[in-house]
Order: sequence, then structure tokens, then C-alpha cells
Amino acid sequence: MTAATRDGVILEVRDLVKHFPVGGGLFSGPQAMVRAVNGVSFTIRKGETLGLVGESGCGKTTTGRCILQLERPTSGSVVFEGRDLTTMDAPELRKVRRTIQVIFQDPYSSLNPRMTVGQIVAEPMAVHGLVTDAVKRQARVRELLGRVGLLPQHAARYPHELSGGQRQRVGIARALAMEPSLIVCDEPVSALDVSIQAQIINLLEDLQAEFGLTYLFVAHDLAVVRHISDRVAVMYLGKIVELAPRKELYDEPLHPYTRALLSAVPIPDPELEMRREHIVLKGEVPSPLKPPPGCVFHPRCPVAIDRCSMEVPPLREVKPGHWAACLLA
Amino acid sequence: MGTLLSVEGLVTQFITSSGVVRAVDGVTWDVEEGETVALVGESGCGKSVSALSIMRLVAEPAGRIVAGRILFKGRDLLQLSEEGMRRVRGREIGMVFQEPMTSLNPVLTIGRQLTEGLEIHLGMSPTDARARAVELLGLVGIPDAARRLRQYPHQFSGGMRQRMVIAMALACEPSLVLADEPTTALDVTIQAQILELMKSLSRRLGVAMLIITHNLGVVARYADRVNVMYAGRIIERASARELYAHPRHPYTLGLLRSVPRLDEPIRARLDPIEGQPPDLTRLPRGCAFVPRCAFRTDRCIVERPDLRPLNGAEHVAACWEVERVAVGGCPKVAMA
Repeated sequence: MTAATRDGVILEVRDLVKHFPVGGGLFSGPQAMVRAVNGVSFTIRKGETLGLVGESGCGKTTTGRCILQLERPTSGSVVFEGRDLTTMDAPELRKVRRTIQVIFQDPYSSLNPRMTVGQIVAEPMAVHGLVTDAVKRQARVRELLGRVGLLPQHAARYPHELSGGQRQRVGIARALAMEPSLIVCDEPVSALDVSIQAQIINLLEDLQAEFGLTYLFVAHDLAVVRHISDRVAVMYLGKIVELAPRKELYDEPLHPYTRALLSAVPIPDPELEMRREHIVLKGEVPSPLKPPPGCVFHPRCPVAIDRCSMEVPPLREVKPGHWAACLLA
Repeated sequence: MGTLLSVEGLVTQFITSSGVVRAVDGVTWDVEEGETVALVGESGCGKSVSALSIMRLVAEPAGRIVAGRILFKGRDLLQLSEEGMRRVRGREIGMVFQEPMTSLNPVLTIGRQLTEGLEIHLGMSPTDARARAVELLGLVGIPDAARRLRQYPHQFSGGMRQRMVIAMALACEPSLVLADEPTTALDVTIQAQILELMKSLSRRLGVAMLIITHNLGVVARYADRVNVMYAGRIIERASARELYAHPRHPYTLGLLRSVPRLDEPIRARLDPIEGQPPDLTRLPRGCAFVPRCAFRTDRCIVERPDLRPLNGAEHVAACWEVERVAVGGCPKVAMA
């Protein structure tokens, strides 16, 4: 065990940067860089759920994909169980990948339509040589399907025969088959109906308790993230602007963007909605091709001062465990 | 204020290879002048097909309106000629769809898409239409209108496109706007902007709105009355206040309980509605919610409940067990 794992840290992301070149012709170089992730650092402890929230284009999904090494980061490190994934070669990575699994947003496009549910769940076990005996593999598939709330006969079905919620259960069974220690959940419930979302969230929590799983829970729904997370990081335009234990973040948000986000979430209670103050942000998220100077949020910030357009506020620990990147926090 | 739109006994079906889908299975509801009414439900409950039926845009030949009347300002839209219907669409009833990119024409400028309706429906001259278009963009908060009118939809962000679609819906000063998931494709801070915009515009211009959504929070923020749909039928209707405070149908109650809320203490577990929505080609004889319902009795399996008035005619629910739901029901009591 290295120093990183001793205090229970399973994943440490340090100064993660991912730029995507865009534009340019066949022979000319890229015209510009999309700064999707622009210096992101955080840790996740074993068994905890870190929520990563933000609006579309903030870099939350790219951060998840960089951890999975589905995107190779431009710079920075991703240290998982003490080893830096960014410097690993392909065979080494393949071994580590078994223990970091992913659940995707869209249960329609993330399952192979030509494979049965049984084949979908069994294939990774065969590929990784986890269960080599075909008969035992079928038994394991049935066990996994049962664990995620499906029936043994679902193994013979094709994805199109299942509902959205059932498909997402298949995706979870496939991830579980690898006996992972970390699962990146990328908007796992946002494509599902409201009544089904709660089923899947409860399932994810049960599995975490049973198998000691660690989750990076990427989502835009602040109420869902509040329910499932131990700590929450808020991203805006490629940066983490606030990171705190769940209760702190929701009860005493320090960053003006977090405050605006929370006030924008409608609450299903007309009386309360009428009394509540809504901070409606002006304008839209600037282009990640050309992030604004200084604090990335200053053009929309209701409390910005002159300094905010010149100085980049560092993510600093304002209170123990509560980090915010705001000059005024 | 009088009744603007009144849908009576509407039945819309689709013929598919696996059978007849009863997408809208006999619904009756109305919208008063200037009022905001919501149709709430999950995918496949028939809320969008209801809106398409009003506009007579149900895709034929698979889909067809089998029965019912749609009275708009006293006229039955189902009896109008195609030509007559064309004068209603866009002119008297505006529409806002979920995905702004697909409801705009990618090869026409924003300006042309706005002025086209004005010229056709209101007979404006190109110059007048253009002046009105500039005014409309201002109304929906798009700055720099003159330049924006020359641009194409792909040059607009998602939020700007939706503002644009709202401007188009309001262009001919309709008395009713149908908005199908108007903010679902948008980010939460942009969603807040669009909701504020729609709310203030409907008040200022006195336009009635029909909001179709699955998001109970959105409904709470701006609907006067709410219809909850399940499996092609309305299962509960009340004023927004009444519905959220005293849900009386087990499905409404289940929906409200299943979503985590920012204003409540964090729960150890969520309370989902177990099971799946029913197959619309094989609806049961009794109540369609029976397999998922915690309050079900033998009667529910064999006999389908119709909407019945509860305390006061404004609150109706289609459930045999409303009394038990009321006693054991209020989400806040259950949580405490």
C-alpha cells in the first residue's frame, strides 16, 4: 500500500486538464482548443460517493471519462489505488479497468442490441478471465440479474424488449460482474422516468452498502446528488468552483454559482415556490473555447467586483473540508 | 373568465404491429382564458399525444383520433377543414416543443422563420413583419435583434433557441400556447430564465398556457391547475396548491414521494413506485395502476374508477380508495 491509500483514499485526481482541438483543415493544425477540463483536483475515499454536478458543457462527463482513461488527459494525474493511470500502457490499463467500471446515462445506446442480456453481462467476465467456465458463468449471470432486481428469464431477452429502467439494471449488472471497487456513474438516472429513478437510486445505494463500492456520481440533478452523495463538487466551465460535504454545500453554499444553481431548482410545492427567492442568472455559460479571464463565473455573477475579472480565485479551504473558488467567500 | 379550450372524451389510438395503442383513452379537461394548466405524467402516459391531438398533428395513418370533441372558443377543431385548421395553428394556438433545434428550420434565417407566420397569418407587409420580429426578439430577451434576425438556428445556444421558439409561438398573439416540455432540454439556470420569461409573458399578454411536463417542480412553479395522467387517462385534477398539499390518487402521491427534494431532510431511502408502467396495448379491465398500487383492493382489479369529485368540485380523482389515501397519504406526514 502506498501513502495515497493509507488514509482510505482510493482515487486522487490532480490538476486534471483535458483540451480538445477543434477546427482547422486536413493539413492545417487545430484552430482552437476547447478547454473542457481546466485544472481539476479532488480525492475520493473508499466507500464514499462523490457527487459531481454542473450544467452541460461544464466538463463533468469529460472528468469522468478521463478517470476511466476513455480520454487521455492533456495533463495532470489520476492516481487510483496508489498508481497513476495516465502513465500506464495498454496491457496494464486493461487489468486496472476491471476494477473501475462505468454506468452510462443512456441505457438504450450503451447495450449492444444484437446481444441478449445474458451475453451482455457474461461477456466482460469471459474477456477478463474472471469466470472461465461457461456453465459457472451462466450461474453468475443469474445471480447478478437477481441482485439488480431482474428475473432469470431476462437473460434470454434482448435490450429492446426491456423498459428503460430494466435496461439500466442490466448496465449495473454488467458493471458489478467485474467486482469493481470504483464505479463512475455518468447521469445514471436522468434518462429514466421519475417513478423509476428512485428504484435505481435505491439499488445503487444497496449495492454500495453490500459490496463496499465507491461512486463518482456525475449528474445535473441537484436533488438526486444531494440524496446520494457524501460530498459534492460543483463544476463550472472546466473548473471545480466548490467542494464540500453534502450538508455544508446545500445548507451553506459559499460560491455564488452554487447558490444560483440551488435556487434555480424548482421544488414541487407551489406555496413554497411562491415565497422562495429565485436567483435568475443573467446570460449563458461562456464558450469553453475562450473562457473569460479571472474568475470564469464573473460575467454572470450577481456579486462580482472588479478584481474578479482580473484574478483567478484559487480553490481554497474556507472552512475545514469546505473548499470554494471565490475571492469573496 | 370563460372557457377557452375544452377537450371532451378524447380518444387517440395508434395501430402498431403489436396491437392498438390506446395513447389517449377518453380524457376530458379544459383551459380557462388566461389560465396556466399543466398535464403531468411520465413517458407514454399520453400527455404529448393530447397536445398533438388538439393541433390535429397526430401522425396518420398509424395514429387517429377515434372519439371526442375539442372545443376551442366554442368551435370543434375536429370538424374543421384542413384549411381552417391551418388558420388555427400558429395563429390562434401557438406551440413550443421540447427540443428547440428540431422545431426550427435549419436552412432558414431566424428572421424568416418569424416573419413567415406574420405575413401568412396576419397579412403583414415584409417591412411590418420585420419590425414586429425585432420587437418579438426584444420581448423574449434576445439582445441585438437586428443582427440576430440574419442568423441561422445553429448559431444560437439552446436557451436562445428556446426563446426564439417562444417568440414564434407568441408572434401572432394567440390566445393559447401549448408548451410540450418547454425546459426539459435546457440546463437548470437557463430553465429558470425560460420559466420566468414564460410566466411573465403569459401574465402580461393574457395568454392561456397548457404546459406538458414530467417535472413536478416545474409545475409547482407556474401552473394554476394540474391534470395528472397515467396510461392515457387523467387520474387526478386539482388546483396546483390543493394537489401538492393533498394528493388523493395513489399515483400522484407516489410521484411526489419518489423524488428527492431540496427542502426536506435527507431521507435514508427514496420511496419509488415499484414496477413498470403498463403496456398500452394490453390495458387491464380495472384500474391501470393496480399492479403498482399499495392501496389496491379486489374491486380495483375488476372495475375501473372514473374521476369523481372530492371535497369541492375542483378536486377530482379516479380511485376507489381516495379516503384511505387521504388518511395515510400526505407525503409530509409519511416522512415525519
